[in-house]
Amino acid sequence: MSSPARYTPYHPKWYRRRVSVWWWLETSSYTGFVLRELTSVFVAIFALVLLWELRALAQGPAAYAAFLARLRTPAFLILHAVAFLFVLFHSVTWFNLAPKAMAVRIRGKRVPDLVVAGLNYGAWLFLSVIVAFILLRG
Amino acid sequence: MELFSCDVLVVGGGGAGLRAAIAVVESDPRLRVAVISKVYPMRSHTVSAEGGAAAVIKAGDSLDEHAYDTISGGDWLSDQDAVEAFVKEAPEEMLRLEHWGCPWNREPDGSLAVRPFGGMKVQRTWFAADKTGFHMLHTLFQTTLKYDTIQRYDECFVTKLLVNEGRCQGVVAIEVATGKILAITAKAVILCTGGCGKIFPFTTNANIKNGDGMALAYRAGAPLKDMEFVQYHPTGLPFTGILITEAARSEGGWLLNKDGYRYLQDYDLGKPEPKPVLRSMELGPRDRLSQAFVKEQEKGRTLQGPYGDYVHLDVRHLGEKVINKKIPFVRELCLKYENIDPVKEMIPVRPVVHYMMGGVSTDIQGATPLPGLYAAGEAACVSINGANRLGSNSLPELLVFGSRAGRAAAAFASAQPDTSPSVLLAAHDEESRLEQMLGKRGGKESIATLRAEMHRAMEESAGIYRTESSLGQAAQKLSELQDRVEDLSLDDHSYTFNTELTSALELSYMLDLAQTIVHAARERRESRGSHQRTDHPQRDDKGFLKHSLVFRGKDGTPRIDYSPVTITRWPPGQRVYGR
Amino acid sequence: MPQTVTIEVARYRPEREAEPIFETYEVPFRKDWVVLDALNHIKDKLDGTLSFRWSCRMGVCGSCGMSVNGRPKLTCAAFLSDHLPGPIRVEPLRYFPVVRDLVVDITDFMRKLKKVKPWIIRKEEKPLSGGEYRQTPDELDAYKQFSMCINCMICYSACPIYGLEPSFIGPAAIALAQRYNRDSRDQGAEERLEILSEHDGIWQCTFVGECTKVCPKNVDPAGAIQQYKLTSALHWVRTLLPRG
Repeated sequence: MSSPARYTPYHPKWYRRRVSVWWWLETSSYTGFVLRELTSVFVAIFALVLLWELRALAQGPAAYAAFLARLRTPAFLILHAVAFLFVLFHSVTWFNLAPKAMAVRIRGKRVPDLVVAGLNYGAWLFLSVIVAFILLRG
Repeated sequence: MELFSCDVLVVGGGGAGLRAAIAVVESDPRLRVAVISKVYPMRSHTVSAEGGAAAVIKAGDSLDEHAYDTISGGDWLSDQDAVEAFVKEAPEEMLRLEHWGCPWNREPDGSLAVRPFGGMKVQRTWFAADKTGFHMLHTLFQTTLKYDTIQRYDECFVTKLLVNEGRCQGVVAIEVATGKILAITAKAVILCTGGCGKIFPFTTNANIKNGDGMALAYRAGAPLKDMEFVQYHPTGLPFTGILITEAARSEGGWLLNKDGYRYLQDYDLGKPEPKPVLRSMELGPRDRLSQAFVKEQEKGRTLQGPYGDYVHLDVRHLGEKVINKKIPFVRELCLKYENIDPVKEMIPVRPVVHYMMGGVSTDIQGATPLPGLYAAGEAACVSINGANRLGSNSLPELLVFGSRAGRAAAAFASAQPDTSPSVLLAAHDEESRLEQMLGKRGGKESIATLRAEMHRAMEESAGIYRTESSLGQAAQKLSELQDRVEDLSLDDHSYTFNTELTSALELSYMLDLAQTIVHAARERRESRGSHQRTDHPQRDDKGFLKHSLVFRGKDGTPRIDYSPVTITRWPPGQRVYGR
Repeated sequence: MPQTVTIEVARYRPEREAEPIFETYEVPFRKDWVVLDALNHIKDKLDGTLSFRWSCRMGVCGSCGMSVNGRPKLTCAAFLSDHLPGPIRVEPLRYFPVVRDLVVDITDFMRKLKKVKPWIIRKEEKPLSGGEYRQTPDELDAYKQFSMCINCMICYSACPIYGLEPSFIGPAAIALAQRYNRDSRDQGAEERLEILSEHDGIWQCTFVGECTKVCPKNVDPAGAIQQYKLTSALHWVRTLLPRG
């Protein structure tokens, strides 16, 4: 960007500033956005782990026990802890943004954002309670 | 210098200009029409209009009543044939705009809604929240995007009209971004450049309202009509001049002096009622309200502030819900620009210059006496507004006369031969003049100083109340400023986006127009509508039921002449309010 | 309250400079002054060569968008008192090419505005004698928010996608398309859908959401875009089904 000005009369040289590769650190909302997008990586990792679990199940009790042992290693525990935080972040941002994308209207009037988000959180809680019940009972 | 040509050139991209361009295309799609504007069209001042646009659509209303309200509001200086045409065409123009997508407010059943407005006996003001001008302008602008044949020259500043063989044949302009000079020849030119409120210090007008088109026409030999009639809007914020819309009063606001007293009852405007009454008290016509302020000021009953005297506009009693529904923009403006919440506090207001009734003299088709030159909107004076414009009449005026001027210019252009190349000689002269202005160094005057002195002269001498001696002083001062502006040189000698050059050109336009206002005001020795002479306080129909025309004299000083007012069905009567 | 405040203004004169530099000015501090008033003071009293756009001084014309301390704002609505103690850094709107000082080139935006066909499209026009198109207050409400855009381009200046990929059609253009799609009088939704489903259309948006945050008129362009994505996706699904 330090080439000499090539201005010619009546044909001025416009200036375009280069966007820095660290643009996402400039504001907290930009950083939050990039982190939100990164959650997809951890969701993908979690999905792969689930597939791996299914495969281990299919291969028989020995393979499954080996799989569970692997999960208890510190590396995987840390991975899962981090993944859990990211997935939580993903869910919260998703529910908060949902009303913006959906713009639900009942009888012509727009349903307030809080209600839409609230219903999503409510459904999440409800389903979590059911899953917890099943897991803890069994 | 770069050359362009078209058939019809519209100068100014506001409501009137865009409507005119559409009218040209629709009347003859083969015509090449161009819109040239010193700003992008969506920045035009039409965008700030708030209150509404009047047109007769409801049962219980009639064209005659709208006409009568307009004519009596104009203190009988309106040309009644023009008013009759205006009230007749306004409803269909506004309806056409609705078909183009304008988001007018609606009744619960889906039909168009109207609200009361000052000076109108019957509710006929259509509105789009309180951003009517914004919605109208954006609807018009977006509709022009539909037509590929409308060429636009954005951010090109017109500096001169090209007149050759007795007719207007184009313009010279600066392409502001590059500094390049353009010569655009056209078979017809329509001036839609708006008013010149920036001649005064306190004005609702935007920075771009410098009367460009009026000055261009004046310098080209076309007369300006009724320039002395300057409308003050009674409620503007003191520092910024931001308009607090009439709707705040039509919804029920009260004007209070420093003692909290509704002072308008002292000035023959009716009795104070808790709910607003049409054509009475705070809903009286604007000129009477502004005059009441000055009288209160003389009695010492106004409040003193850092930018000038003011009074209070109180809407607290309407409640938050009504304020947020009917006048949300008023609340937003007060909070954002003066840090005041109208729900809890009173709004400081004072009269501010708002509209120029005068302008380039045109007939009811929008044609000026100079063949090939047309005008519409605030830049023109047809005249429908006479000595005082009623609120919500100027927006339909843009549509009706923009359309008329467009059609008339299109018809004229179709019948013209191509413009002759000799017109470019004048263009080259203008290019040299601009080059000289740009390059000049060593002058002692500054734009800001000259502008401030012009402001002071106009506010003190040619404000709401005028006298022979105050106008004489103003005339002298302006003459002095015209001499001093010769010694102006710029700091900025760049070609690229030179806004100092455009400011200097705007200042020279404003000085010319200020002179026309002062001279016309001095010659009109009566009081009528917004032109009030303390030395001639009565209306004088015998001597002055006529339009003032201002021509540019050979040495530059204004020369005054007169033309008759067209009276059809409404003989002059008394303007009566509140009874 | 201080007497004066320091303003650092980005200057760029293509005849002289290869890239923008900063010049510093001291302007009087007033409680009711906004950044635009400071710029006008500089131009009138200190340095007549400063170029910037402004017009209405009341946040409705959209001319005066600039970057104030790194955030895109309307300078007519940015109080000096909110940016104390200073120095206050004023730069041209980011992600646009700079023409001169604080003036940016907006022809790209103007082109995109036209591209989305922002006008009423109907198969058949109703004659004027038929009166107005009926539109209930609720129907008006469905698109009203999106019609409030003043074309200030502050949303573009906040959108990192636009910064990284200038071919992105952008928040304001899409919001304007939605304004017409949602208007009960319009029948052009299909036409606009084709244009906006293109590569540089709505699908380039990744819902950063910054545009809505900075919009001075609460247009909520991010909402408009996401809603449009939903409409577009449903439309695509319908085309897959037999007999739509």
